[in-house]
Amino acid sequence: MAIFSVYVVNKAGGLIYQYDSYTPRAEVEKTFSFPLDIVLKTHDERVLVSFGQRDGIRVGHAVLSINGVDLNGRCTADGKDVIEYLKDPVNYPVSIRFGRPRLTSNEKLMLASMFHSLFAIGSQLSPEVGSSGIEMLETDTFKLHCYQTLTGIKFIIMADPRQTGIDSLLRKIYEIYSDFALKNPFYSLEMPIRYSSA
Amino acid sequence: MTVHNLYLFDRNGACLHYSEWNRKKQAGISKDEEYKLMYGMLFSIRSFVNKMSPLDMKDGFLTFQTSKYKLHYYETPSQIKRSFCILFRRESCLVTLHCPVTPIYVEYVVKNPLCSMSEAIQSDLFCSKLDSFVRGLPFFSARAG
Repeated sequence: MAIFSVYVVNKAGGLIYQYDSYTPRAEVEKTFSFPLDIVLKTHDERVLVSFGQRDGIRVGHAVLSINGVDLNGRCTADGKDVIEYLKDPVNYPVSIRFGRPRLTSNEKLMLASMFHSLFAIGSQLSPEVGSSGIEMLETDTFKLHCYQTLTGIKFIIMADPRQTGIDSLLRKIYEIYSDFALKNPFYSLEMPIRYSSA
Repeated sequence: MTVHNLYLFDRNGACLHYSEWNRKKQAGISKDEEYKLMYGMLFSIRSFVNKMSPLDMKDGFLTFQTSKYKLHYYETPSQIKRSFCILFRRESCLVTLHCPVTPIYVEYVVKNPLCSMSEAIQSDLFCSKLDSFVRGLPFFSARAG
């Protein structure tokens, strides 16, 4: 998938629209016997790998399911704490699935606001006069493009680094936003864009 | 098409070195605050990119670009961060900058028994070697075009 996601951020930095296209996240499922040689830690309501990278399981991966049953935050579906469950030798051998954690909607809200601030700081720290904020942020796995309109709305697209034509796509999304959101008499400005596919 | 300025930070956020060649606009805040803001921005971008990335990353955050400049970022495995502010228009400067600055740093700072690792670099030799290296880059011009 070349386009990973689209975010629309309002003037104040709040996320008003978010779209994710399906990205295949690498997941690894393995069977373990006691004692577990991977060190886990709890962070932000998730259980993450902190040490013991091997066989496709990397530091930062989250525990997604145990014995095929998806986890509920830090607890298994039965309500038992994961770290305690894995300390008990009675529960072994156990099959655990690790993978990159998906973002919750709260986290997406926070990240969109964080980007809004970084955009402004990029313009403030500029060595040249009249610089805009961050228009393109490049990493080795994705490129993030941002288009800020004259009214302060930011359209953010996360895409594959090799993908071209994102600038025209951003302008097109702006057109669609003004045609379908702004011209809708029931839509309040700067509010989250709600839609139902009826 | 030129190099504007260069920041070197250590793993705790202290600015080890800063030099500028063609800077037209100052940030409007004191130098100390500017270093802290720059480090804070880079740290936030790094954690932002870590969370947002759909796949496991190898190198992490590389560059960002605005309408007037492009900032290149390089982090060594020992967590001493390098970041450069450069005028865009040439994409290829990315790779060329990473390799030579590290040897200059290793040669004149790490191997110097009088330079402490976590303080600002006071070695004049390091500053002058870095300066002549940057001025010798093919895309450096003394007057920004």
